[in-house]
Amino acid sequence: MQRHLISAADLTRDDAVLILDTAEEMARVADRPIKKLPTLRGRTVVNLFFEDSTRTRISFEAAEKRLSADVINFTAKGSSVSKGESLKDTAQTLEAMGVDAVVIRHGASGAPYRLATSGWIDAAVINAGDGTHQHPTQALLDAFTMRRRLVGRDAGLGQDLAGKRITLVGDILHSRVARSNVDLLHTLGAEVTLVAPPTLVPVGVEAWPCEVSYDLDSTLSKSDAVMLLRVQRERMNAAFFPTEREYSRRYGLDGDRMAKMPEHAIVMHPGPMVRGMEITAEVADSDRCTVVEQVANGVSIRMAVLYLLLGGNEPAVSHARIEEK
Amino acid sequence: MSKILIRGAKILGGEPQDVLIDGSQIAAVGVGLSAEGAEVVEAEGKVLLPGLVDLHTHLREPGREDSETVLTGTRAAASGGYTAVFAMANTFPVADTAGVVEQVYRLGQEHGYCDVQPIGAVTVGLEGKKLAELGAMHESAAGVTVFSDDGKCVDDAVIMRRALEYVKAFGGVVAQHAQEPRLTEGAQMNEGVVSAELGLGGWPAVAEESIIARDVLLAEHVGSRVHICHLSTAGSVEIVRWAKSRGIDVTAEVTPHHLLLTDELVRSYNPVFKVNPPLRTERDVLALREALADGTIDIVATDHAPHPHEDKDCEWAAAAMGMVGLETALSVVQETMVDTGLLTWAGVAERMSAKPAEIGRAAGHGRPVSAGEPANLTLVDTEYRGSVDPAGFASRSRNTPYEGRELPGRVTRTWLRGKATLVDGKLT
Amino acid sequence: MDTQQYESDARPVLEAPDIARVLTRIAHEIVERAKGADDVVLLGIPTRGVFLAQRLAVKLEEITDRKIPVGSLDITMYRDDLRMHPPRALARTDIPGDGIDGRLVVLVDDVLFSGRTIRAALDALNDIGRPRAVQLAVLVDRGHRELPIRADYVGKNLPTSLRETVKVQLAEEDGRDTVLLGAKQTP
Repeated sequence: MQRHLISAADLTRDDAVLILDTAEEMARVADRPIKKLPTLRGRTVVNLFFEDSTRTRISFEAAEKRLSADVINFTAKGSSVSKGESLKDTAQTLEAMGVDAVVIRHGASGAPYRLATSGWIDAAVINAGDGTHQHPTQALLDAFTMRRRLVGRDAGLGQDLAGKRITLVGDILHSRVARSNVDLLHTLGAEVTLVAPPTLVPVGVEAWPCEVSYDLDSTLSKSDAVMLLRVQRERMNAAFFPTEREYSRRYGLDGDRMAKMPEHAIVMHPGPMVRGMEITAEVADSDRCTVVEQVANGVSIRMAVLYLLLGGNEPAVSHARIEEK
Repeated sequence: MSKILIRGAKILGGEPQDVLIDGSQIAAVGVGLSAEGAEVVEAEGKVLLPGLVDLHTHLREPGREDSETVLTGTRAAASGGYTAVFAMANTFPVADTAGVVEQVYRLGQEHGYCDVQPIGAVTVGLEGKKLAELGAMHESAAGVTVFSDDGKCVDDAVIMRRALEYVKAFGGVVAQHAQEPRLTEGAQMNEGVVSAELGLGGWPAVAEESIIARDVLLAEHVGSRVHICHLSTAGSVEIVRWAKSRGIDVTAEVTPHHLLLTDELVRSYNPVFKVNPPLRTERDVLALREALADGTIDIVATDHAPHPHEDKDCEWAAAAMGMVGLETALSVVQETMVDTGLLTWAGVAERMSAKPAEIGRAAGHGRPVSAGEPANLTLVDTEYRGSVDPAGFASRSRNTPYEGRELPGRVTRTWLRGKATLVDGKLT
Repeated sequence: MDTQQYESDARPVLEAPDIARVLTRIAHEIVERAKGADDVVLLGIPTRGVFLAQRLAVKLEEITDRKIPVGSLDITMYRDDLRMHPPRALARTDIPGDGIDGRLVVLVDDVLFSGRTIRAALDALNDIGRPRAVQLAVLVDRGHRELPIRADYVGKNLPTSLRETVKVQLAEEDGRDTVLLGAKQTP
């Protein structure tokens, strides 16, 4: 049995619900005077970050420490990572130190999968974002946030997101968050619509379990949650869209557009936000925007994933698809 | 060198006959030939083909002897049943002068496993800016007739036009690596359903097809011939078919791996499946097989691209592109074309020997198996089935996508001008 | 666990009326020992300990005519045998609003056996607050302690062999109230 979390697509509906339910219990720990559990005492987790991402690393680190794991941070920021050997060599160095799990962020799509399947190491591999491929814990924390807001904190236990209409807006092409969310939300029974200029939708998207629209305004009234994805300014120079202003006008979420959403609907963003580009300050600061909650929920979700993968003698989460590959 | 009698060989898959080799030539072909004074090789119904000719091999020498040398590459070729290979120009230094091509040519002659016919670069340093001394390379001892910047596309339309025109003077041919560079910036695999899911940069079919379309029109316009390297998409097939119907002098090659493998394999993120042009879809594979059968695609060429282990033992994006192919090419062609009923062994001989020799003007190769012809031959046990074990490769590199895969057929003997280079599957 | 198997070869040692009776007795003992039970907080250990705690709370409220804080304490992540099994799904930890600091916490569980669950519960409590005292109420004490732990309130002492199993069924979870003693199934 594999003990990795590489892709949101590897999770069954029951796996995903178990993670969300577990995270709900983990969230309660944050309300206690001692925000710590002894569960992973004696386990060593390394945060192997080949890409700079302070937010994600801190979130994992908080989760690991709350579960009493020993944490090693390894940031290979911008160093000699262009050569492939460094991933293998680094992995084997860590293996020699006896780590139980590797949380890896890497710029190359598939690097975590490679790490988990190449025989370089035995440790559990948790994907903290790889290239433009997957970011499964982000999708889980997003689903957790949606379930809390749209179903309810207690009412949501044991529940999925059946019938919820989720709209993802922005740079789908380059987004691992979009890929992970489409996979997970589909597994959880939600109806997903992607909205982007056609240049930022990947060729081959027709095989994804979702709808694609180029028109934000027509989807807003039919959305229970609208998730905005960051649009990097450098995409403009590669002719994905003409100007920042035109992008904002067609795909940015402002107060007028938010007003078209159903009253219960929420606005989400994985952060960091580019205010004025994909989201106006008015929307970002409104109480319908869950950005801050998402950050808090990230710690709970990562605690849940770490507990379910490392808390026992074998993982609780099944990964049928990885084993088939 | 004495006489050799090959007894009971199915020439091009036909009825068993005997072939008598005398010195460097075939002396006689027939039933019940006398074995007097000859070493007898019992073919036991194996298939006898003219020695295979590969129009697209990377021998890596000079410059990357850690991945392959002329010696190891030609030994791999002999193992695969080849008697002539065309060595691509993307070495270090680039084969863009008479000096480099002569060196490669001589190394091939010295080692004696397989004739090495160097391919000259079209442009200086493969940079696509300035024509290399094509005439000087042609006039050198290497006698270069095929020119290619393979690995890079001659994307400047004017340079391509000039090259096509210029080589007419001595009957040369430009072999184009069709890849529109801007459309393939950051490309990691075929652009489609799988790339969308895996988040790997897409290499769209149109980047190949648009260059092929442009180049066949250029060839028509200037009245030259053009060869398309490793054609990989169904759309490219359509364009070449159209060009041939117009009478344009275009030839095209397909690699064994594009006849067998699809981009679904990339889901493993295992860089042994990383190659340029990339593995395409099932639909493309079927179109390529059909085109090879009906002659739209003229030849099979290996694009044998050795890489050291460390260049593949890493994450996908960091890995080198390319696969070794000389030692598995015939097996893959048997699997995809012969065992499927798409080609006869005579058709294989045409596409893996006669036609590539003709395109590259390789004198003495790709000739019929008949009296008076050079004894460049290969004997194939087509009944054999076995799984591919890279540890047994003669190539210095092991980057095969077929490791552990069961493939049919095995080359047991190869003769280069009457001299055995491979005996019972072992190099001499 | 297969209920049918229990019913075929297990015999009931407590039936619904017995369970109701011993809970009433335990409630009275708590009031007696806690001198009115005005600072008592009941924490049930999931799953069945929670239902027992809720039933005890009702009885205590009947006796004292006061609202008795009742909650649940999941001990999964404090277990000492985590590495011996796949991770278990977590149950709810629900601490009553006023917390446990300075109060008398009565832990409630269905069966007291090795004592390891209670050890884990004491650790968990430690991370939640500092009670004035901690007591333990169980429906059944079947013996075979592996730690120096004893119950303050016991519904029934049930001498057992290690080859036997004790199964508590409660209406809230199992559809009926009963305590069954059976032979260990050897699959």
